[in-house]
Amino acid sequence: MTSLEQLCRDEWGRLLSALIRAVGDFDAAEEALQETFAAAVPVWAAAVPRNPRGWLYGAARHKAIDVLRRRGRFSAMAGALAEEHEQSRAPVEEDDVPDERLRLIFTCCHPALPPEAQVALTLRTLCGLTTEEIARAFLVAPVTMAQRLVRAKGKIRGAKIPYAVPPLEELPERLSAVVSVVYLVFNEGHSAAQGEVLFRGELCAEAIRLARLLRALIPVPLPEVESLLALMLLHDARRPARQNAAGELVLLSDQDRSRWNREQLNEGIALLKRALCLGPPGPYALEAAIAAVHAEAARAEDTDWKQIALLYQRLEERHPSPVVSLNRAVAVSMADGPTAALPLVDALASALSDYHLWHATRGNLLARLARRDEAARAYLRASELVQNDAEKRFLLKRLAELQA
Amino acid sequence: MQYLLLIYENEKRYANGYDPKEMEGYAAYGKEFGAKIKAGNALQPTSTATTVRLREDKRLTTDGPFAETKEQLGGFYLMEAKDIDEAIHMAGKIPAARFGSIEVRPIMKFD
Repeated sequence: MTSLEQLCRDEWGRLLSALIRAVGDFDAAEEALQETFAAAVPVWAAAVPRNPRGWLYGAARHKAIDVLRRRGRFSAMAGALAEEHEQSRAPVEEDDVPDERLRLIFTCCHPALPPEAQVALTLRTLCGLTTEEIARAFLVAPVTMAQRLVRAKGKIRGAKIPYAVPPLEELPERLSAVVSVVYLVFNEGHSAAQGEVLFRGELCAEAIRLARLLRALIPVPLPEVESLLALMLLHDARRPARQNAAGELVLLSDQDRSRWNREQLNEGIALLKRALCLGPPGPYALEAAIAAVHAEAARAEDTDWKQIALLYQRLEERHPSPVVSLNRAVAVSMADGPTAALPLVDALASALSDYHLWHATRGNLLARLARRDEAARAYLRASELVQNDAEKRFLLKRLAELQA
Repeated sequence: MQYLLLIYENEKRYANGYDPKEMEGYAAYGKEFGAKIKAGNALQPTSTATTVRLREDKRLTTDGPFAETKEQLGGFYLMEAKDIDEAIHMAGKIPAARFGSIEVRPIMKFD
């Protein structure tokens, strides 16, 4: 990446947030900023300005006024801005560019927008990903993603979704929505739902960047945000060990733990400890705690499965879901053996019979109980249901081992 | 900016008249947002509805609502609000929000 490309990535969100505030128009701000970066290429090739951010902001504001004029959408606000702009041609200093990203986050993650649009809009405006990049990450056609973004921006304008940080009494609820968008981005990166690749590291990195930003912008530490960042850091730290040279999935128990990102694990654990001091643990904190127990085991056989089973039990009590119950069953099988776990798994049959991991888990337990035929049937069903190619290869390998 | 708050709920709840407690809720709502309410009415049940369509210049008049649904349009408020957040806030305070759903629709402005 050239320095300008890097700068575009790093500064896009802040510049756009300031521009939208200045011109009161999402589209015009975005178009102007895009044009500004394009125009900067030849200018900067000659000489990089002393304060890049200020230069870009000054130029983009000027362009935004042009864009509004062009569209005939020249509001009173833009008029005042133009006048001010004519009067002072003084260069904008780095710190004069206001940071309005918190407003931008709350607008993009507004509950009146559909969740997939919230995710797309957040990645486009705050992270500076292009529409094509987002489309690729979510395996949809660029034109579909572009339409999704256009519709979302249309609703922001049409229904007047405010460009504002919500009042204190609504903040917890609205912040939860923001946090779940960040988690959606991470999950899509961490376990790609379908397609050829197992995970998309760049989405994980963007989610972590967003959580760090959120943490820096909100005035008081919130346990939900701290816990989510901890959870993502802990999971993402294992990324280098999750896939072997052939691109195959490597199970947690078989991973080369020396390849885990120690620094990131330590940061995650420290964050989690702080979050746990802030109040009773929510779902993200409990999941982060489970990841931390894994992180603390030097070898797979050192894992404190009793502790993990207990954490899943708490998660199940407070936030019941069949997938959580399935994970608890896996932990129980490690702590107390497959005989204790199988009834727990079988009890989830009606809820999870279409979920490949339910069949894969049953297959694993049955294999450990030496019930090979039943195990093979379960793995076969799992391999039929799975949509990710790398996971499918993994399941077929297990199946072949059983039939050998 | 104006928003129409459309109140959808199962009209069977009113088959045997109105709960006076709930009516008090609407009276209180009217007081609280009196300055914001531009218009508002309750509708008679869908058994009184008539639907009109013009097809090939012929008017077709049929008995019943536009579509049979589990919840029916039972009333509305037209509200003045500074943005959708204020409209959502007011929608959430309509007594029917506890039983049915309130659809929030910004009013179209033609330049």
